[in-house]
Amino acid sequence: MNRYPLWKYLLLLVVLGLGIVYAMPNLYAPDPAVQISGYSADFTVDEKALKKITTALDNANIGYKSAALEEGGSALIRLNAIGDQLSAQRTIEEAINRGTNQGDLYIVALNSAQNTPQWLADLGAKPMNLGLDLAGGVHFVLEVDTPKVVNDRLHDSEEVIKKAIRKARIFNTKTAIDKGALVVTAETQEAQTQVATLIKDELPRMQRKSSEENGKFVVRANLAQEAIKEIEDLAVIQNLSTLRNRVNELGVAEPLVQRLGRNRIIVELPGVQDTARAKKVIGKTANLEFRLEAKPDAGFSQRQKFNHRQEDMQARTGGSYLERRPIITGESVTNATRGFDQETGQPQVNISLDADGGAAMHRATRNNVGRRLGVLFIEYRPSTRTVTNADGVEEQIVEQVAIKNIISLATVQSALGREFRTTGLSENEAGELALLLRSGALAAPMVFVEERTIGPSLGAENIERGILSIQLGMFLVVLIMLAYYRVSGVAANIALAFNVALLAAIMSPFATLTLPGLAGIVLTVGMAVDANVLIFSRIKEEIAAGMPVQSAISTGFDRAFTTILDANITTLIVALILFGIGSGPIKGFAVTLSIGILTSMFTAIVVTRAVINLIYGGRDIKKLSI
Amino acid sequence: MSDLKVLNFMRYAKVAAITSIVLLVVSIGSLAVKGLNLGLDFTGGTSIELEYATAPNIEQVRSDLVAAGYPSAVVVAYGADTDIMVRIQGDAANLAEDVSQVLNSGEYDVTIKQASFIGPQIGEELRDDGGLGMLFALGVVMVYVALRFQFKFSIGAVAALVHDVIIVLGVFSLLGLDFDLTVLAAILAVIGYSLNDTIVVYDRVRENFRIIRDMTVPEVINYSLTQTLGRTLMTSGTTVVVLLALFFVGGEMIHNFATALLIGVGVGTYSSIYVASVILLAMKVTPEDLMPPKVEVEGEEFEELP
Repeated sequence: MNRYPLWKYLLLLVVLGLGIVYAMPNLYAPDPAVQISGYSADFTVDEKALKKITTALDNANIGYKSAALEEGGSALIRLNAIGDQLSAQRTIEEAINRGTNQGDLYIVALNSAQNTPQWLADLGAKPMNLGLDLAGGVHFVLEVDTPKVVNDRLHDSEEVIKKAIRKARIFNTKTAIDKGALVVTAETQEAQTQVATLIKDELPRMQRKSSEENGKFVVRANLAQEAIKEIEDLAVIQNLSTLRNRVNELGVAEPLVQRLGRNRIIVELPGVQDTARAKKVIGKTANLEFRLEAKPDAGFSQRQKFNHRQEDMQARTGGSYLERRPIITGESVTNATRGFDQETGQPQVNISLDADGGAAMHRATRNNVGRRLGVLFIEYRPSTRTVTNADGVEEQIVEQVAIKNIISLATVQSALGREFRTTGLSENEAGELALLLRSGALAAPMVFVEERTIGPSLGAENIERGILSIQLGMFLVVLIMLAYYRVSGVAANIALAFNVALLAAIMSPFATLTLPGLAGIVLTVGMAVDANVLIFSRIKEEIAAGMPVQSAISTGFDRAFTTILDANITTLIVALILFGIGSGPIKGFAVTLSIGILTSMFTAIVVTRAVINLIYGGRDIKKLSI
Repeated sequence: MSDLKVLNFMRYAKVAAITSIVLLVVSIGSLAVKGLNLGLDFTGGTSIELEYATAPNIEQVRSDLVAAGYPSAVVVAYGADTDIMVRIQGDAANLAEDVSQVLNSGEYDVTIKQASFIGPQIGEELRDDGGLGMLFALGVVMVYVALRFQFKFSIGAVAALVHDVIIVLGVFSLLGLDFDLTVLAAILAVIGYSLNDTIVVYDRVRENFRIIRDMTVPEVINYSLTQTLGRTLMTSGTTVVVLLALFFVGGEMIHNFATALLIGVGVGTYSSIYVASVILLAMKVTPEDLMPPKVEVEGEEFEELP
């Protein structure tokens, strides 16, 4: 009695072995590091820049473990001490970003470099991501100005209906926007009916209401609530993807860009300390301008020279002249994606414009087939320069520099409309161009509503203390279980150890560990033994009631199971709902709690049973040490 | 049956009821009059970026500010190692100057780089969502308990849970402790813990109702409570031990979390013995309540699983 078949033991060993392997990377502490990357995809860190960096670090007496170039054109400097991170960042900034008139060329970001051994990394094992409160970093909340987007849409509709009214030759009408509604005032009832029909045909998504006010005949049209929500959603989603692109530019290890509520976006950048700088990159207003290439005979007042963003193109041409007048700007671009030509398979960029932009593009290109169309990318980069002020003290001034570069210059093959494409690019170029076009077209303005910074030393302190309290708490729990349950306590403690390993293994690939999450683990440790306590008290009861030891063990486990299941499912329900509604720290806590409930049920029931079976199973026992 | 000495818990039902009512009234009263001392997460405040001539000692800055009457100031390192950021409640125009003056009086030379007000909107949204979510969670739990046990049990479980949460909030309000996001997380954990405890007791009551025929309802409840008392104390004990470790060693940032949970576990243990069972008695629960065939079939199905 009370014996598991061999396969069950083997299965358990496999599960536990996997748990230990995947939990292991967490034992290797990461190195504090500084990561240096170029501001754009075609601007990379090379050996020369790396040499500059290491020399500067040597001069500043900052010790580092290694300095190496990485794939993707960035460099990673592993430092000896976490306290050196900020001064290393400043030293490197000064060494490579000063003395240029192009704004800062490199992004120097704080980072932590993993130390997971290769064989573990090959198995896909990685340590847990640390949340902001543990790793340090910045946290922003941005609010998307959705009312403006909705209002813009109303203005678009007003234009559409004005045009339709003119075309239908309905006279003496006035259009206006009033309290979120489009109002058309007509003189006669007949005109009112006509206008209502026009609105129905041209703007099918608007809700109409006709009325008579002060002797005039009025039609009011509102955007339906769902339509407003859809417009807002689109705006927020486009801003989200734009933000993701910009955040990627910062070269942060594990950034988080997430929608919060109806029109807010959370951005968390672990490891980044310089809020001012991060804000500039995130909140930068990039824009686009589509301009025709200037004719060779155009006068100076009509043309303007720009550099190409791509280095080889710039080297070949030395810059190109464009007309001074833009055809459209980035606001007209609704989407841009990389695609492939269906016939030739060549990469291309598909560009979509809004109605007005499409019309303007058509007007500008239909008589200019054969000329070249240029796309200017305008971005504002922070530029730091050092000046000597009146007191003779050197001061650093951060200012915004508008950088305008040509990102595409292509021959117009035919009159362009709302949808057109640019070909003749490499795959990477097409990808980069689409990304630039998209990030130049921000759907709605955003404002920062919250910002927080957590220093890396504070993060380190949190982890240290958290781990110490986990160790202490666990040690005490183990002691109590041993003192109270003796040999069975050993089984429970083995289960507890595996519980922590499994919890760490499951959480490592996807969960981000935050301070409340850490507390959740500690709490799980305390509560995890509950299932064992339930089982053991049940076994004790059965023995006290005179049942033979072996059947008491079996009955105890069986009877306690229902209780454990009910108690844990109710807690799990709460945890899952918390996960669904909560944000940030609450979510982290809910994840830890949910996983903790599942692993503790598994280890308390299955692992404890296995150990007890191994010790007592299949023998004739008079007395159980419990 | 064993020769277990049954403790007459229900003899003190009235005392417990009165104690609970007094605690609840005091808590709700304090929440209404004094309110919660909401942390920066909820209230918003001013964020002041300061630059030191030489790198400051963060701990020192923190204690200086506390001594100067800003107990809720949050001090963090930021940017270069000579920069710090102080987040503080309030939006007074000269707050930044006052703070820099406090810090300037020492050996350091401090200049204000920037001061800006951070809105509390996030807190409001979170509070609304959190409140709604909690109601929803309570609803789902009630349905689950009603299905697995019976409607009267779900009232008891939820009442015990609400009782615990209100008292923890009340203690925080009375003592004027900072209520921040970690404390909110702790409250949520208290809900989990309290439920867990109550369900274990109810489970035993359900089982005893089915197998014992010769006892009155209060006797069955007493008997069940006595049977589960060892487990209740043991689990509370281990959890409290871990929480004490968090409380004393875990550091400043989880101190309030540990405090909330310590109160919660204490109240939760008490409420699973008294509140949850007294409510069962008050609602005149009978063994017949648990007899509908559907519940029994479900119960047995689960028992066969392991």
